[in-house]
Amino acid sequence: MKKIIQYAISDTVVMTGRVMKQVLRSLDTIITVLLMPVALLLAMNYVIGGAMDLGGVATADYMLPGIIIMCVLSGVAYTAYRLHVDVQKGIFERFHSMPIAKSSILGGHVLTSVVTNAVSVIAIVLIGLLIGFRPAAGAVGWLLAALVVLLFITAMTWISVFFGLITKSVETVGVFSYLLIGLTFTSSSFAPVSSMPPALAAFARHQPMTAVADSIRLLLLGEPVGSSFAASIVWCVAIGAVFWALSVNAYRRQQR
Amino acid sequence: MEAIEAIGLRKSFGPQEVLAGVRFAVDEGEIFAMLGSNGAGKTTTIKILCTLLNADGGTARVCGFDVASQGRHVRECISLTGQFAAVDDILTGRENLVMIGRLRHLADPKGEAERQLARFGLSDAADKPLSAYSGGMRRRLDLAMSMIGSPRVVFLDEPTTGLDPQGRLSVWNNIRQMSASGVTVLLTTQYLEEADALADRIAILHGGVIAAEGTAAELKRLAPPPRLALSFLEEEDMAKARGILVGFAVEAEALTLTVETGGSVSRTTEILRLLDDAGITATFAQKPPTLEEAFLAIIGEGAA
Repeated sequence: MKKIIQYAISDTVVMTGRVMKQVLRSLDTIITVLLMPVALLLAMNYVIGGAMDLGGVATADYMLPGIIIMCVLSGVAYTAYRLHVDVQKGIFERFHSMPIAKSSILGGHVLTSVVTNAVSVIAIVLIGLLIGFRPAAGAVGWLLAALVVLLFITAMTWISVFFGLITKSVETVGVFSYLLIGLTFTSSSFAPVSSMPPALAAFARHQPMTAVADSIRLLLLGEPVGSSFAASIVWCVAIGAVFWALSVNAYRRQQR
Repeated sequence: MEAIEAIGLRKSFGPQEVLAGVRFAVDEGEIFAMLGSNGAGKTTTIKILCTLLNADGGTARVCGFDVASQGRHVRECISLTGQFAAVDDILTGRENLVMIGRLRHLADPKGEAERQLARFGLSDAADKPLSAYSGGMRRRLDLAMSMIGSPRVVFLDEPTTGLDPQGRLSVWNNIRQMSASGVTVLLTTQYLEEADALADRIAILHGGVIAAEGTAAELKRLAPPPRLALSFLEEEDMAKARGILVGFAVEAEALTLTVETGGSVSRTTEILRLLDDAGITATFAQKPPTLEEAFLAIIGEGAA
């Protein structure tokens, strides 16, 4: 038993190292994942933000959580892509025919996704601080915000794993991420829900991106979080659990 | 002991029955080729034997272990080189090999990688990314990855598909080398010359079953008998020859007549003398039976 656990850990480390090398050696991935959110952050802050009424909150302070969400969504699109390539190219078959812990195969992709997205988010926050993001959170606020971000990354990663496994062509493997980006634009990420038409506002108020954006924003600004913190945790755990189950099922089905 | 034993393997995908009772055995140390058209079920058979796919019926043992109930033991003694070079493009050749060594929990993955690089002639390219590799080199790396950790049985699914002639020859040499080290090799191929060149025994998979099995020489006996091909310069000569050779089994195509001789000296001499006596200008070539003709005869498409 001890040996099995030992192997499972060492296999996962090897697999994560492999996928991590793929990320670090494709410069275009790194640039796209960081460039898009940074450009958006700059545009929001210097172009659009000035024309918006955000209820007295500074533009950078208001927008940063939405930018973090965008950054994660564009990041996980690559997780799906890398997984899809592995499935298509037959390297999974090689792994499956070897005496290794099966959990390490998806595990390597998931761990890499969580770590690289967390690093991207840290980079976004640092750039945010340079252009005027002024958080007022204490240590607890930062820790809780980090927890929300990590859960959000994990939930989005499992969505990407599912689509990476089931998508048939490389052209459509990232489409889910555009849909999620659409969801972000109809949430409180870039504009207060109260400024939206009633029907849209009702939708925006009850969807996960609003919960996550509000919760991160309020935590970092050191304001009372209301129900948004609990809502964001519940959304992330629920989405993560559903897509974990769907992914495991899709993964097993491929071997029948 | 047999290295591989399949008894009555069945597998359907939806309404389509791919394997309808496949039965064969491979002795230890043998190179065994499975020959079949596209879609004949070669890959499906390999996947079942490598524990990637469950059979609907029948049993199979690899290295003495049941593929259905002792998957982990099977995986410890085999390795699979799939239809598409399963190598990681972003890693270098060496990194690919070390990764497999680590996943096989070897004590010295780097040393083993070094040995395989040398063995497969890849030492010079070891630290280049795979984007700099030719098709043949990728395949060789693929084979090298399969040899990491000294498996007893190696499955090669169409190992030379898509390679140029030079790449194919070097892969053939590597496969012979692998076999010389005592490994049992089961390979699938669509190329009859490949089976002819490499395999100790050949099985022809057709219609979901093993339609024929034997050495290349045995299978060739199932092909049409040896023939003489006579080529003419003029349509007229050919028509005349046809008239003369009326007692022989003759097939005509373009300016060539193919006459059955059964390889007999007296029949061949007789045919040539008849033509010479009639003053017909022609050239001839002896056509021994090929594995291709045997294959076509066995799968019932008729010798073309």
